[in-house]
Amino acid sequence: MIPSIPQSRFLTTAYAAYVTLFFVFLALPLVVVAAFAFNDSQFPSLPWEGFTLQWFFGSERPMIGVFHERSILRAIGTSVFVALLVSALSVLVGMTNAFLFNRYKFRGQGILYVFMLLPLVIPGIVLGISILVFSSRVANGLWDSYQIDLEILRPGLWLVVLGQFSFITTIATLVIGARLKKFDQTLEEAALNLGAGRLTAIRTVTLPYLAPAMIGAFVVAFLMSFENFNTTLMLVGSDAPLTIAMFDRLKEGSTPLLNAVSLLLMIGSSCLALVMIAFQRKS
Amino acid sequence: MTADLDCIDLTKQFSGVTAVDQVSFSVPPGSFFSILGPSGCGKTTIMRMIAGFLEPTDGDILIKGKSVLNVPPNKRPVNMVFQHLALFPMMNIADNIGYGLRRAGMGKTEIAYKVDEALERIGLPGIGARKVDELSGGQKQRVAIARCMVLEPDVLLLDEPLGALDLKLRERMKVELKSLQAAFDTTFVYITHDQSEALVMSDKIAVMNNGSFEQVGTARDLYYRPDTAFVAGFVGDSNRWRGQVTKTEGHCLELRTETGMTLRGVANGRALSVGEQVDVFVRPEAVRIAHEQAELSRFDNQISGKVTSLLFNGAASRVIVSSDAGLGEVEVNLPQSGEFADLVKGSDVHIGWSSDQGNCFAARES
Amino acid sequence: MRTEAKLGFALLLTPLLLWLSLLIFVPHVDIFLVSLRERIGVGQYQTSLANYLTFFQEPLYLWTFLRTAVMSSVATLITLVIAFPVSYYIAKMIKGRAQSALFLLCLVPFWVSELVRTFGWMILLRETGVFSNVLQYLGLVDGPVEMLYNDGAIMVGLVYTSMLFMVVPLVTTLESLPDEIIEAGYDLGGNGISVLREIIIPHAMPGIVSGCIVVFMLSLGNYLTPTMLGGKESLWFTELIYSQFIVRFNWELGAAFGFMLLILSSAIVWGMLKLTGQSLEKTMG
Repeated sequence: MIPSIPQSRFLTTAYAAYVTLFFVFLALPLVVVAAFAFNDSQFPSLPWEGFTLQWFFGSERPMIGVFHERSILRAIGTSVFVALLVSALSVLVGMTNAFLFNRYKFRGQGILYVFMLLPLVIPGIVLGISILVFSSRVANGLWDSYQIDLEILRPGLWLVVLGQFSFITTIATLVIGARLKKFDQTLEEAALNLGAGRLTAIRTVTLPYLAPAMIGAFVVAFLMSFENFNTTLMLVGSDAPLTIAMFDRLKEGSTPLLNAVSLLLMIGSSCLALVMIAFQRKS
Repeated sequence: MTADLDCIDLTKQFSGVTAVDQVSFSVPPGSFFSILGPSGCGKTTIMRMIAGFLEPTDGDILIKGKSVLNVPPNKRPVNMVFQHLALFPMMNIADNIGYGLRRAGMGKTEIAYKVDEALERIGLPGIGARKVDELSGGQKQRVAIARCMVLEPDVLLLDEPLGALDLKLRERMKVELKSLQAAFDTTFVYITHDQSEALVMSDKIAVMNNGSFEQVGTARDLYYRPDTAFVAGFVGDSNRWRGQVTKTEGHCLELRTETGMTLRGVANGRALSVGEQVDVFVRPEAVRIAHEQAELSRFDNQISGKVTSLLFNGAASRVIVSSDAGLGEVEVNLPQSGEFADLVKGSDVHIGWSSDQGNCFAARES
Repeated sequence: MRTEAKLGFALLLTPLLLWLSLLIFVPHVDIFLVSLRERIGVGQYQTSLANYLTFFQEPLYLWTFLRTAVMSSVATLITLVIAFPVSYYIAKMIKGRAQSALFLLCLVPFWVSELVRTFGWMILLRETGVFSNVLQYLGLVDGPVEMLYNDGAIMVGLVYTSMLFMVVPLVTTLESLPDEIIEAGYDLGGNGISVLREIIIPHAMPGIVSGCIVVFMLSLGNYLTPTMLGGKESLWFTELIYSQFIVRFNWELGAAFGFMLLILSSAIVWGMLKLTGQSLEKTMG
């Protein structure tokens, strides 16, 4: 059924109602999380005790708001640091991968492409433990043979970065590759024809064309890294990123503080997403 | 005999804009009917209303004398060849052709038989197992027609199906479509913006503009006896001048163009009086070209001038002649008999045509 | 020029190979090797299948494994059934601004972390939660109702969390189906059901397969949702892996579990691709 095929009124109304219901289902959990951030109570649950902004700005026990809660602020900082590093790395490698698969024809290309996709179909937790096991083996080996202790290979932020990078790179490759595929290569030839060198042609013609995809890939990578839980859980050390820190708190019982953090997260990621869409629109 | 398709005062409005305005026509059984018009004239809207994908705002559609307004598209005895053919890429050729038969609940062996027969008929036996994208443009065309024809529809609708083909293939498919129509002996309703497709294939053509029919007639009618200025301008090429009537003599009239030429034309029954603004249309092939003025004595329009350009296009070559008095330019077909082979830019020539060939219409603002 | 091209090729190939070998290939070979180790004393190991034997002989492990697989399949199926009509509506029933707006609206929940989404469901479903209170208010129940910590809650969480990964590929493939093809289906006598079965679903197959693969993978590998919504008794396989690695520090058994999970997911992905005649490149790339 499409609009040009006549349908009974009942059917079209029922269909529209179903779709509406679906969106209610999508919105419901987020709405309640946001709403209870303003509840003047120790628990994010009914009854409604009145409106308060203490869970954002409060500075005294028992209602310490987000902006005065050191551990949460620290976790946000950690997450941002990890996410920036992961996005930068994966966009860089995603870029070289995209060029490799787009510009060269070589033996084993098909197999390599499938390999490149594999991280998408490996459960995150398995990725986490495999990197954990392997890095410990290398670290232990280094210690046993040379008495070198490489802190970098022990559970902690660096391993988290590596773990997230290992699968986010695939996403970045796909996003950038999709746009590169649409690129009209004669544009580059035209630049060469007009006297540009090969690298200059890429820098002045191809890269500007790819910029929206690179920004898009960066934002997607940032969000994915920020939200990542499974892989991070296995690799994390003492410095917990936000999702892990929130998870630990949630296990102990929740206060509306978590709602307040969540609401800030929603606003933050929506803004990022909007920026990305605006960029995509412009080009 | 009841017509296969009757449209009565068919009207379609889209949020206040009238796309089709009270169009009525009737298509007798076994004929090839075309609707010809520029894009946006409403012809696709008519076709989609007949197929059932749009509901008319007003009017009625009868197929074999019965109204189909309340019949959903999948139950109407009409089938459609879509603009981009709409062959199902997820099925092979045989399944494409057998699709409608399966919907009708026909048995497997019978479907297989009918499909083979249809493939035979379109001259592509044995391609049933192929995929859609393995066929050439012309083959797809024929499969799309066969897919409809196995259902033996009362009317086959064709929505500019040749538009996507290249020129050579389009020329060939015109002939082929006409012979397929004769072979299947089914009523075809064909819409196009390409006049040559309509002129070559159709028994009858409706020229459509701005939501209504300007004229319905045979290709000859439209070409030689256009009813309106739009038809005269849209079908075939014409020299066109605007002028003022200076004299009327029976059905003949004399006019003075804006550039100052004096021409004679005919009104063909249209009431045109002295002083009125008119447009006169003269086809390039109706103009005779000669080296000597004496050869043109029987024509009541005569101009002497110089060749300003030669437009070589094989059999359809033309020259543009500028009158010596500097009063205007005339496009003239060049006879290919060889006597004008020496014509060059700047040659002195004489041209002339009979007033019968100058169709005059009251001028419309455009 | 030729050497330059070769140099460029090498420069582009190196990061890819480093990434795939050091972070994907070798670590996975490594956990396989670790899973084949049996601890026979302090710092002493021998190669054996003991860890796998433990897995197959301990009913709790095997049961959890199968349960996770079945629940993930069910979650995938439910997600597909819920998402398909919605995706079709967005792709084919509406056009223009409304279309992009609705599509965007679908993505919104997934810009925030899975943790927040799960937290939302906890607030809705728990004994003191919104649903329980609403039901009491309406007089449908007498006391508080606990809707958290059961398989239904896990299912809701899994379906909700994976929805995006079903909707996006479905909308993309359905959008690429020209209206003309659907109209042709009706014009030749098809009705809603036959057009759906013979035209729309076959066309959407790559999207269905890629959506199902991703949703299945995400459900299978999910740790957060079963733990938070399913409570102590949720029995999800990833929880076993976590506890072997982090709580009991039995990496050998944990590695064997991880490898079993990998085999299961690969087998199902491979089977799904074979069954529908799709390839990984086509569905993912």
